[in-house]
Amino acid sequence: MTFTIPIDNGDAVKNAEADSQRTLYPYVTGTSIVAIKYKDGVLMASDMGGSYGSTLRYKNIERIKAIGKHSLLGASGEISDFQEILRYLDELILNDNMWDDGNSLGPKEVHNYLTRVMYNRRNKFNPLWNTLVLGGVKKGKSYLGMVSMIGVSFEDNHVATGFGNHLARPILRDEWHADLSFEDGVKLLEKCMRVLLYRDRSAINKFQIAKITEEGVTISQPYSLTTFWEFQAFHNPTAGAQGSW
Amino acid sequence: MFRNQYDTDVTTWSPTGRLFQVEYAMEAVKQGSAAIGLRSRSHVVLACVNKAQSELSSHQRKIFKVDDHIGVAIAGLTADGRVLSRYMRSESINHFFTYESPLPVGRLVVHLADKAQVCTQRSWKRPYGVGLLVGGLDESGAHLYYNCPSGNYFEYQAFAIGSRSQAAKTYLERRFESFGESSREDLIKDAILAVRETLQGETLKSSLCTVSILGVDEPFHFLDQEEIQKVIDTFEKVAEEEDEAEGEAEAAPAAAQAEQAGDQDVAPMEI
Repeated sequence: MTFTIPIDNGDAVKNAEADSQRTLYPYVTGTSIVAIKYKDGVLMASDMGGSYGSTLRYKNIERIKAIGKHSLLGASGEISDFQEILRYLDELILNDNMWDDGNSLGPKEVHNYLTRVMYNRRNKFNPLWNTLVLGGVKKGKSYLGMVSMIGVSFEDNHVATGFGNHLARPILRDEWHADLSFEDGVKLLEKCMRVLLYRDRSAINKFQIAKITEEGVTISQPYSLTTFWEFQAFHNPTAGAQGSW
Repeated sequence: MFRNQYDTDVTTWSPTGRLFQVEYAMEAVKQGSAAIGLRSRSHVVLACVNKAQSELSSHQRKIFKVDDHIGVAIAGLTADGRVLSRYMRSESINHFFTYESPLPVGRLVVHLADKAQVCTQRSWKRPYGVGLLVGGLDESGAHLYYNCPSGNYFEYQAFAIGSRSQAAKTYLERRFESFGESSREDLIKDAILAVRETLQGETLKSSLCTVSILGVDEPFHFLDQEEIQKVIDTFEKVAEEEDEAEGEAEAAPAAAQAEQAGDQDVAPMEI
């Protein structure tokens, strides 16, 4: 949307400022995040890719970060907006720590703060182009929630963003149960990430899995999953196609 | 305290390093009727004496609910107290809106104290003339704070403010060590007994006092007249014996305070 201001001599001047302040479309994007609650806390997985449109341009982007002592934040969508959100949260946690009074912001509080920020930006037609996953543990209680770029926010036992919603959640609905062990939780997440790797064209084979428990946050070193390409259908993909589509 | 040439402005220091206007504001707190607070590890009780302007009017409200987990009792200029209670409610509700989590009482009293401090450093303002006993919860349990017109705040196990509060403080000083582990019922009983001390002779009736309580699993609420009367009835029988023993102990501290003289100077706006 541009505004034109007519000036006395008849020429109109485009008010470029109105456009340059708004988000119109994302540039460098991250794909799905998948997260589940398990026995001791929350597990979250993401790949390390940053796509520039259809080019897989960046292959070392950490899309999961620790927030304070009690929370993990994962983001899909525009990477620069994710970095901006990390700066907001950094200030929030800093001010919380400066109180030094035995009270601290837990995952529930951070999730709600983010919901307010995302919804507020959406109302100004200038969204932060992300879907965020917030997981954490405080005083023994696990918390897992999600906020979208339009401010839709909810909690659940398992969440996924982007393609993960379509490909990973059906697996989680069937196979997630309460009190998963750490090993079973990782296996379940790897199963989801493998499907995403096969089917999501913006996924790369370089992952990080993060865990948060009462003791704190651990984010794994990057690693790859084994894949299998010897299925018959991949050998001669056009075998069944007759004529044009 | 006598009039002197350094007490006109809050922004004028005296040569001995005092801000007299702030100290005069603290005097206003002593003129209000008594308010008492005590806390255990899990509960806070706030109680006050119901004083009415005249027999024809109803008594002024001195205890306010700030949130389910925070209450405040005031003494001094009740108008100032009402405005500050509204500020506290606003802070509490804004915090809850952003974080879906109750505002820790320790942080609220700091906001309150900072607000009071501003009024001690502006030539076009005056300090708030009200003392606030703030009781509430945070992650570490129940807390009781006293916020002063000077902008200071202190945490207490038990405290009393307002006129004839010294009598209540004497009672609380004797008993405070047991409050931490007190049961809810004992805490209420101690609060009402402390209120009785401030009445000094007048018979204690449930219509004369307001009692409120909040706790870790109990949202802030007022006790109704019957509940208060029931507690009064449990100790009214021994009241006469206790009074005789205390009559001698009270003579000394009462004379030291100018509280008795202060009563004649109570301005109509102070309750």
